[in-house]
Amino acid sequence: MNQTVAVELKGITKTFGTVVANEKVNLTVQKGEIHALLGENGAGKSTLVNMLSGLYSPDGGYIYIRGKRVQLTSPKQAIEYGIGMVHQHFKLVESFTAKENIIAGKRDTWFTTHKHIEDKILSLCEKYDLKVELSKRVEDMSVGEKQMLEIIKVLYQGADILILDEPTAVLTPQEVERLFNIIRKMKEQDCAVILITHKLHEVMAICDKVSVLRRGENVATVKIAETTPTQLVELMVGRPTDLAIQNYKVAFGEPIYKVNNLTVKDKENVSVLDQVSFVMNTGEILGVAGVAGSGQKELCEALCGTSKISSGELIFKEQHLEGKSPREIYNRGIHIGFVPEDRLGMGLVGNMGIVDNLLLKEYYIQQGLLVNRKGLKDKANNLIHTLEVKTPGIDHPVKQLSGGNIQKVLIGRELALSPDVLVTSYPVRGLDIGAAYQIYDLLNKEKQKGVSILFVGEDLDVLMQISDRILVLCDGKVTGLVNAREITKEALGLMMAGHVQEEGGDYSGNKSYKNA
Amino acid sequence: MNIGLFLAAAVIAGTPLLFATLGGILNEKVGHLNLGVEGMMLMGAIIGFMLGFKTDNAFIALAGAMAAGALGALIYAVLTISFHANQVVTGLALTIFGTGFSSFLGQSMVGQIVSNKLKASFAPVRVPLLADIPVIGEAVFNQSSFVYLGYVSAIILFIYFAYTQWGLNARMVGENPAAADAAGIAVNLYKYTHIVIGGAFCGLGGAFLPLVYVPAWQDGITAGRGWIAVALIIFIGWNPMKAILGGVLFGGLDILGLRLQGAGVHINQYFVDMVPYIVTILVLVIGGFHKGSKASPPKALGNAYFREER
Repeated sequence: MNQTVAVELKGITKTFGTVVANEKVNLTVQKGEIHALLGENGAGKSTLVNMLSGLYSPDGGYIYIRGKRVQLTSPKQAIEYGIGMVHQHFKLVESFTAKENIIAGKRDTWFTTHKHIEDKILSLCEKYDLKVELSKRVEDMSVGEKQMLEIIKVLYQGADILILDEPTAVLTPQEVERLFNIIRKMKEQDCAVILITHKLHEVMAICDKVSVLRRGENVATVKIAETTPTQLVELMVGRPTDLAIQNYKVAFGEPIYKVNNLTVKDKENVSVLDQVSFVMNTGEILGVAGVAGSGQKELCEALCGTSKISSGELIFKEQHLEGKSPREIYNRGIHIGFVPEDRLGMGLVGNMGIVDNLLLKEYYIQQGLLVNRKGLKDKANNLIHTLEVKTPGIDHPVKQLSGGNIQKVLIGRELALSPDVLVTSYPVRGLDIGAAYQIYDLLNKEKQKGVSILFVGEDLDVLMQISDRILVLCDGKVTGLVNAREITKEALGLMMAGHVQEEGGDYSGNKSYKNA
Repeated sequence: MNIGLFLAAAVIAGTPLLFATLGGILNEKVGHLNLGVEGMMLMGAIIGFMLGFKTDNAFIALAGAMAAGALGALIYAVLTISFHANQVVTGLALTIFGTGFSSFLGQSMVGQIVSNKLKASFAPVRVPLLADIPVIGEAVFNQSSFVYLGYVSAIILFIYFAYTQWGLNARMVGENPAAADAAGIAVNLYKYTHIVIGGAFCGLGGAFLPLVYVPAWQDGITAGRGWIAVALIIFIGWNPMKAILGGVLFGGLDILGLRLQGAGVHINQYFVDMVPYIVTILVLVIGGFHKGSKASPPKALGNAYFREER
């Protein structure tokens, strides 16, 4: 057996009920290799690595670790074989300290107070250039710190085969760069790294090889040096796809919605939005960038009137909307569409069909005591037709649709009321490339019609392409309002981390931001 | 009213609460809300009393009580861990079962008194030096060895959860079973062992009543102490050390009415009976204002854990 092979999967098959998640997947990862797993949602990436980490057991096929055939029936066993997984949703205990999280599950001492435990962690950190405050509680940590802690935890358990599941989704560009340096250090130490990601430029930047999964099958394994992003997308989607997001230049619009010194406080009276000011124009997409939890949710809800604001002004064409409920705003003839990040929580009722979900926004306009579904059925059919929603029927519970189709129903409902302003929060989160591009097209069409769109996003590449201007939030404060065409990703990253834009704010959108 | 004597009586009245609270803590630390404490106490009480009555051997009586409590807990554990049954409903069912179990077995025992030989096994033992501490010395350190077992258990459990690797693992199971699983901790094994040992503690708490406190058998001998223990766990913030103080405090409230009447103070017995519960409610209300304090319940308390969930 070849001694340099870390992991070899042969003919791995896994089914959930009638759904085939993985079909005869072969995969080989060498020691000291960074191997990317690419694929759309539902392509079976997570299922595959979950079998490697012992969470699922395969229905067919064999797993070889360092040339030895193994059966992994629990994460404990996987850890014993040196497999460590950094999950996309961190597996950390919020109320524990960093140290407690790191050593949980280990059993080399009886007591957790031994001095040598801390020494061991610190020497590990030095080896891989990691940083951690051992006595800090996880609940007080930033996302970047939590991820670093996850990596230390896995390394402390003795892993030399590391699986990272979408590790960069929630990081700023600077944090991503730091993570990549750590991954390169691991490679130097002869670890095998399996990296799951959606972001092609990251694959190209750091990986040695890439395997593409489509509908549960491994369609190709190629060396990075011998491939291009375009080819990878084609492999993922199964057909040639244009990667550029269309951006239509619309004759510059009128200011329509002014936000002045908006401040929102949470229950503990901490400002989650602090003196935020900006203007939304017609026919424009205003992107909002920021690390998750920087006040995006509060901003969207304040704009739509669904949550209370503490101070500041919200002015829609000379009308003050502060303290008005969504109903009052609607009754004034102002239509603000809202696509919240929590689609099935705040956006739609999962157990209802399309018709009833449409009804939620219209029943109070109707006359009479009983609701009338007649006209709505036509509207629902129309929505399905124009947005190409795939559903067994208009009364089929929306929660059973795929993420992309749920999002189309939600956006379709908001657009049915022909909004003046459309607030969208992470509208493509969790959607695969095909569905995401359909949503981008939809938003661009609305923009051309003159709708003013707020687009809260996480992928800076997308934000920079689809937006006209980008508002950057950090800890509830505006740290930049910039022209999306002229800004660099690094500059955005610095703003997201709290470095305030150096030049005066470009609040009208007419002046362009120069990167000093 | 002599403070020392009252305190000594409060320590004795608090001992069944202490054991039951420790048992409940073991359940809740691994994320299981067990409302069957009362039932497990009754199961331990009747088995402990019957074995003690038949054999006159304190060791056999206590071992039997622990086994009975553990058996009740095992039923609960199988249903809630392996079959993912609702913890609240299962716990209530266990209480109802334990009540019936003890009534049924205890039918012919009602009114029977513990033999003098067995009583002597649980007679107070004076701890030298410590018992000479003014006021509290006699009350705390001139007690039955059964009471000392309670102190020792509390201290051991405190050290276990705060400083040992297994205690840390157990807490992780109660906080975030998915994270514990990913860290290689055998989640279900931890749950089973802690719940079953917790049941044994509840059994001991129950057995203290007919063997030492009363000491005779009467139907429904726990009289709601299991429920006070469930509240006490919240009151002491899941800290086994504080369970000693909490037990004494609620034990004191329990006997307050009788003592006051004995001292010639006329106060409605029903009002006095309410006091432990009123105090519990007040504590919960006050606790509600201090969110995010260290004494918050295990995060996954009451949730079933499935691994292969998509």
